[in-house]
Amino acid sequence: MTIADQSGQQVSGPLLPPDGGRDRPLFLVAAILVFLACLSALGARGAWQASQQWTSDLESSLTIQIRPVEGRDADADAQEAARIALTVPGIDKTVAHDRTHAEALLAPWLGQDNLPDDLPLPLIVDVELARNEAPPLDALQSAMDAAGLPASVDDHGRWIDAVRTSARSAQTLALSLLALLTAAAAAVVAFAARASLVARLDVTDALHLCGAEDKFIAQLFQTRFFLLGLKAGAAGALVAALVSMLVSMGESPADMAFFLPNWRLDTIEIGLLIIAPILAGLTAALSARLAVTADLRDRW
Amino acid sequence: MVRFDNVGMRYGPGPEVLRDLSFDLPRGSFQFLTGPSGAGKTSLLRLIYLAARPSRGLVSFFGRDSSTLPRAELPLLRRRIGVVFQEFKLLNHLSVFDNVALPLRVSGRQSSDYAEDVIELLNWVGLGDKITASPATLSGGEKQRVAIARAVVNQPEVLIADEPTGNVDHEMGMRLLRLFVELNKLGTTIVLATHDLQLVRMLDAPVMTLSNGHLHIRPPRSERSVSGGDADSPIPSPLAVREAVESGAAFETDLHSDQSEDTP
Ligand SMILES: Nc1ncnc2c1ncn2[C@@H]1O[C@H](COP(=O)(O)OP(=O)(O)O)[C@@H](O)[C@H]1O
Ligand SMILES: [Mg+2]
Repeated sequence: MTIADQSGQQVSGPLLPPDGGRDRPLFLVAAILVFLACLSALGARGAWQASQQWTSDLESSLTIQIRPVEGRDADADAQEAARIALTVPGIDKTVAHDRTHAEALLAPWLGQDNLPDDLPLPLIVDVELARNEAPPLDALQSAMDAAGLPASVDDHGRWIDAVRTSARSAQTLALSLLALLTAAAAAVVAFAARASLVARLDVTDALHLCGAEDKFIAQLFQTRFFLLGLKAGAAGALVAALVSMLVSMGESPADMAFFLPNWRLDTIEIGLLIIAPILAGLTAALSARLAVTADLRDRW
Repeated sequence: MVRFDNVGMRYGPGPEVLRDLSFDLPRGSFQFLTGPSGAGKTSLLRLIYLAARPSRGLVSFFGRDSSTLPRAELPLLRRRIGVVFQEFKLLNHLSVFDNVALPLRVSGRQSSDYAEDVIELLNWVGLGDKITASPATLSGGEKQRVAIARAVVNQPEVLIADEPTGNVDHEMGMRLLRLFVELNKLGTTIVLATHDLQLVRMLDAPVMTLSNGHLHIRPPRSERSVSGGDADSPIPSPLAVREAVESGAAFETDLHSDQSEDTP
């Protein structure tokens, strides 16, 4: 035999033997944890996005409410209010809505066609503000009062606060979930790494006695668990992506809308789903490394 | 190069397995270590190859006190010691080649620069045709030779062999002994533990004997007084080991010619 053909066929095997399916349950648990973590992260982002959208809509507009007054023509009042509002500086556009619109707003609560025709309803005038202007709340109210209109101006402040508060608590909830899930994943992997080390004491023993440094041995486990975390993470993130896509394409995404973003190919969301498996891999690698070096240190 | 000073060793709360051991292994020496099974040979060797610390006394290795040796320095010292373990400690999921190359691989060397050396070594121990086999498929004698090849592949300064002929027939034992003598001639310090007194008589080497935890050291025949009676009189070596080694030529061909017979 020649040395050339021999060394040519020497493909060195992995120092750690394949686990033979022993880590399949771990794979499943890790994938589920990453799946849940992705949903939490997407939820935190969804809540942030939705609140951002809603508050900016609310902030860039005012509403004038025309109170129904016996003997006055509410529709004419609304038209008048819209016209006067346009003369106030800082206001871009106004839309006066009629009774049909007011009825439509009440329909979800009172049903269609259930309103008596003579029930007095307040009418709404939408006011769109010029960008980056402080809302001319007082100027508008004085203009209305000066014209003698039964109108009150609302700047949505109450709603903006409510939206911000609930978005913040949804986000806090999602981020706490994320932290808990990461901790659980790290603990599970540390446990599994220790079990895997014990199952492979023959290998670590031989390596140790042949002069391997602790970090060399730890590296073997670290690499294995990094790959496992990466694969499980990819599976979990993929399922999370599918689920959020299905939810946002479904019939009534309204219930979930607060927690899941509308599925557009948003770069941040895609980035999140790509980073999740890498983070899972790194978490797994780190906890495996800590578990293994702690175990090796006990030996001498 | 290895020094013991009043060394005692016990496992846990048990009795002392080794008591008051004091000796010095000179560089380049060849020592036998004998004693009945359970006498503490493996325990003594474990102290030498830094797998255990003494319960009392001082073990120093290349001038380093083993009890104060920081863990980080352990791997580098280990690489200067080759060990043939009593139970081999071969890894069945790796090929014979990978097993032998293990000490090189863990010290960070690339297979491209050691492959030739490892194959040459495997040929030298007569396993040139088992390079890709798993140790699980080898006979006792073949495993023993893989373990020996792994112990020497790093060209260690000290070679410790724990019952390296324990699993093979007498003929194979003789061939392995010749291999150790050859390595010793190349400058390796060797400690060979065996309970086979027949094997011990083959060589004119110092013999350390363990009994009741105490160590008795008997110098080689050539250094004993001629008037000392005939109890330890030289027994002619049936295989003339030293002559065979000195003549050199017969060694390698001999090892290769009849590998099949050690298969149980
Ligand atoms: N890991 C251990 N734990 C406890 N006792 C041990 C251990 N290893 C060896 N012994 C005991 O130490 C004594 C010496 O064993 P050993 O060194 O293996 O002897 P030998 O190699 O000469 O057969 C025996 O009585 C054995 O039972
Ligand atoms: Mg023993």
